[in-house]
Amino acid sequence: MNWRALRHNRRAVAGALIFALFCLVALLAPVIVPYSPSDINFTPLLHPSASHLLGTTENGEDILSQLIWGARASLFVGLVSGVLISLVQLVLGVFAGYVGGAFDMVAVAVTNVFLVLPSIPLLIILAAYLQGGGLLMLIAVITITGWAWGAKVLRSQAIALRERPFVQAARVTGENRSHIVFAHVVPNMLGIMVSNFFGATLYAILAEAGLEFIGLGNINDITWGTMLYWAQQGSAILLGAWVWLLAPGFCLALLGTSLGLLNFAVDEIANPRLRRD
Amino acid sequence: MRYLVRRFCTLVLTCWIALTVNFALPRLMPGNPAETMFARYQGTVSPAAISIMELNFGLNTKTGELGQYFDYLGHTLTGNLGISFSFFPAHVSTLIGEALPWTLGLVGFATIVAFLLGTTLGMVAAWRRGTAGWRRASLVDSALVPFGLMLGALPSFWIALMLLYFIAFKFGWFPIGYGLNPGAGIASWSGFVDLIRHAALPAITLAFISMGMWILLMRNNMLTVLGDDYVKFARAKGLRDRTVAYHYAARNAVLPVFNQLALALGVVVGGQVFIEIVFSYPGIGFMLLNAVENEDYPLMQGIFLIITLAVLVASFLADVLYMFLDPRIRMESAK
Repeated sequence: MNWRALRHNRRAVAGALIFALFCLVALLAPVIVPYSPSDINFTPLLHPSASHLLGTTENGEDILSQLIWGARASLFVGLVSGVLISLVQLVLGVFAGYVGGAFDMVAVAVTNVFLVLPSIPLLIILAAYLQGGGLLMLIAVITITGWAWGAKVLRSQAIALRERPFVQAARVTGENRSHIVFAHVVPNMLGIMVSNFFGATLYAILAEAGLEFIGLGNINDITWGTMLYWAQQGSAILLGAWVWLLAPGFCLALLGTSLGLLNFAVDEIANPRLRRD
Repeated sequence: MRYLVRRFCTLVLTCWIALTVNFALPRLMPGNPAETMFARYQGTVSPAAISIMELNFGLNTKTGELGQYFDYLGHTLTGNLGISFSFFPAHVSTLIGEALPWTLGLVGFATIVAFLLGTTLGMVAAWRRGTAGWRRASLVDSALVPFGLMLGALPSFWIALMLLYFIAFKFGWFPIGYGLNPGAGIASWSGFVDLIRHAALPAITLAFISMGMWILLMRNNMLTVLGDDYVKFARAKGLRDRTVAYHYAARNAVLPVFNQLALALGVVVGGQVFIEIVFSYPGIGFMLLNAVENEDYPLMQGIFLIITLAVLVASFLADVLYMFLDPRIRMESAK
């Protein structure tokens, strides 16, 4: 990983700034919300005004407060799923690729099974069977459906690195396998792993919002996905409550784009041919 | 030929895996939720139908797991996916057969449009960037990359909602949902126009969402190719920019992108499910939501199986087409 290159990449900087802003909002949410996000005592369907900057929902909640609170769920599910997916990829992709043998064969077979299954329909089916679970259930199904493609990419990288002289040298000096993987293999594919992490986080955030939008999460959680679910259930379209529909999706799109920018920029730096000379 | 045979064997193997996963899924779930469903439908559905379905879900049966598995394979291969509970007494296969054409039309059209538009834009972006040193600043590239990234990061159901609100509801240019007006047939000209008008917004949404991926893939591939010696040589010969871009670089850059088509289909189908739900479009995704909401597990499992098999067959076809496009694979298999 070349941190200097990252600092000078405009896309990386833009992505990081937007992402940091959302993290800040999520962390400070209890302090900066104008009202309690679950307070239902306001006049329903108010248009944006000084006291309700984004108006209110049909149930009489303050939209801005819900929006700020929703950032927490998206980032929580996104980051936790991103870390879990990266761990699975590390074991079933990098480690298996490096070690080879029976473990690798099993890992490849499992990876190929998950590559074959279309992830969104599988996600919907799993969530339907496990109905009623909240964010933790969503994290579990998102991790199960989201790791396979990255594991395949990382495995081929690990196999290529295994035969490189410096890794062979480490093997000859008698280092143990996990040390070689963490000290020699992983640092040399950190770029792809970081890029994969951002990709996985993006997938998780969109998947969470999608499942909640169709009512497969816990509909009483306050997240961007459930905001859109209630907007749809409350016929926001027919009532002309467009801010209610627009705001959560806009935040999702912005957060998603920031992750996309980071993912792309890291990939760009790791692959010299894409770089500007 | 060898390539084709190998690809076909993979297809058969992956289809078998999909069938097996579909069999195992309800059995792996905690507390077998199908059991509650059976209790709920006990009075309304005939006992004969219940016993068939119980077999499919592994309840109240004396047959061992292995026996159940072979029974299931036999049923599925003969097209018997069981009976839907929410649309009782309709067969799952009949219901899916009615919904499938809507989805196939939409996915097919949107994928082709997105692929053509996306790769063209990606090519232009890379070309402008690759030659920026001696021609002009690559504004096009700096604009297209974030645009492509943004398209890939947008929640498909939200774009669908926005188009539904502004274009269909506010301006009234398109109908706000469903596949046809009630009572309309597609046999007549006006029926056909009606069909297109209903399909327009879902198709545009899907094409828009999946285009980003093609822009970025094509751009990155093209940049890699532009670094190759034969492109430099072509340029050094003094060939026109256009000739180098189309006849030298793009032709080689598009092949690996095309190879991703098979993988991308899984992603496109995912977006399609959400878009159909927003537009109440009578395809397989909308039916999946209905099945989920009514806890109609036979229909749900059937739809999942069909989506998986459709994606597998489509990727197989994409690979066959790829063989005709890439002479290297043709040569290899001619040997």
